[in-house]
Amino acid sequence: MNAAGRAWRLPAEVDTDQLAPGATMKHGLDVTARHCLEALRPAFAREVRRGDVIVAGADFGIGSSREQAASVLVHLGVAAVIAPSFAGLYFRNAFNVGLLLLTCPEAARIADGEHIAIDASGARVRRSDGSVLACEPIPGFLLDLVEAGGLLPQLKRRFKPSTEMP
Amino acid sequence: MAPATLAQKLVARAAGRSHVTAGEVLTCRVDLAMFHDSSGPRRLQPMLAELGANIWDKDRVVLVIDHYVPEADEESRRVVRIAREWATEQRLPHVYDSMGICHVVLPQQGHLKPGLFCVGGDSHSPTGGAFGAYMFGIGATEMLGVVVTGEIWLRVPETIFMHWRGALAKGVSAKDMMLAMLGRHGMNGGRYQAVEFCGEAVAALPMAERMTLCNMSAELGAQVGLVAPDDTTRDWLARHGATDVVIAPWHSDAGAPGVRHEYDASALAPQVALPHSPALVCGVDALDPTRIDIAYIGACTGAKLEDLRAAARVLAGRRIASHVQLLVAPASVRDGAEAESEGVMRQLVDAGATLLPSACGACAGYGSRIPEGSTVISSTARNFKGRMGAATARVYLGSPYTVAASALRGVIGDAREVLA
Repeated sequence: MNAAGRAWRLPAEVDTDQLAPGATMKHGLDVTARHCLEALRPAFAREVRRGDVIVAGADFGIGSSREQAASVLVHLGVAAVIAPSFAGLYFRNAFNVGLLLLTCPEAARIADGEHIAIDASGARVRRSDGSVLACEPIPGFLLDLVEAGGLLPQLKRRFKPSTEMP
Repeated sequence: MAPATLAQKLVARAAGRSHVTAGEVLTCRVDLAMFHDSSGPRRLQPMLAELGANIWDKDRVVLVIDHYVPEADEESRRVVRIAREWATEQRLPHVYDSMGICHVVLPQQGHLKPGLFCVGGDSHSPTGGAFGAYMFGIGATEMLGVVVTGEIWLRVPETIFMHWRGALAKGVSAKDMMLAMLGRHGMNGGRYQAVEFCGEAVAALPMAERMTLCNMSAELGAQVGLVAPDDTTRDWLARHGATDVVIAPWHSDAGAPGVRHEYDASALAPQVALPHSPALVCGVDALDPTRIDIAYIGACTGAKLEDLRAAARVLAGRRIASHVQLLVAPASVRDGAEAESEGVMRQLVDAGATLLPSACGACAGYGSRIPEGSTVISSTARNFKGRMGAATARVYLGSPYTVAASALRGVIGDAREVLA
């Protein structure tokens, strides 16, 4: 699976409470999305475009189990998050809601606003100057999960076999 | 057979295997799934309806209503109403409504015991590891998967042994041990592996203190935090209604694989985490004078019976500084009632504490929140910017001893000086 878009650079240790502020959690994803990352990049929720990519420092997604911290990025159209490391709980949640994460030791080379292309199954990122950054390979079952759009669509296939089949 | 870690033994049992190797990906049968009003019904109900699927085994599901109670506004009322109506409609046998925080209520109601494989819809679910159960946090969609299949995938973790020798000084507690580990290893130092707390200082801890260690394994970025069960575990479980408790197999074998870090409890001073990270840690004696507005004793991390007792040891017969607001939200109704009957609550109130309901409260800013611009010392687990509901607040983390000593002094203080 492939994607291409503008990079939004974020620092290390972006936490779930910055991605999905607690005080917005009772209002639903639309409201939470408007406040996504407001403490860090106030313009982010307003200016992010479909297909954009977050490029962050180490330990992205530390903190809570609230998966809204991942689904809010899907909601805003973010194609993927690239970082040298992720919090383990965030990693599971992201794939379960259909958000692609790429573990890339050299993510810091990517500039803010740079146009990059992602090859998820090849586990690499192509930069605007044509150079390629290697990422950790993603296991097949997780690629399948993100391609299906997350766990819910996958479960639907299991529990609700398509009625359109002959 | 090769020596195995406690984590490997727990995972092997859940996967129906005799032995597992770190790094293997396999499927485990879930013994128990716990969720709360925020992560549970309001998310699960619509997804279950969309799937047309049912709960795999209602007896293995526990719902705790703790995040949005008492309901502060219309939105909170809506979330809680969904949880209550769904619990009734599904005829869930294990529902604990407004009885306290899930990680504390779950073991207090006898649901946890050594050997179990459990998931929780909350990041602090590793608290269950204090009882020798493999328990970790997952998001709502993954919980849906568990609830309809009874299974979950897992990469068998490596084990990081945190070995504590020596004995804690008076006024120093498990929270200080955890903050010291966070200062050394950072918020992802656990690398989503298993952390096992061991050594004589850990063996000497009561269950509530072991729960504090395992609870904040989440802050270490571990998947689970474990303490091998022993007689302390068995005695506590016997008092809380858990039956058929077996502890013998649930320990790491001599020579089991893992990384080992050494700590000396005897040398440990009270630790404080500075704004805005639980891993930004220094000894309380090395801190610049820090005037506080609010002292908060709350949450699954820092308001269990032992925590309330610790605060009362510092505050009994004394009065907090006049400019400080001391807020106390017992972790469960049971903890609050026991503290009441022991005279602990009276001592806290006489010292100037304001009592809050037994719920998640201001810890994550879901229900109540702290005022903007305030400086806070808190016994909770996280001090991310804005976490407690105020972007301009400065939140320091410390043990219940430290929070109490700080309330007394009006500046962040050292409980050892008060208790000496």
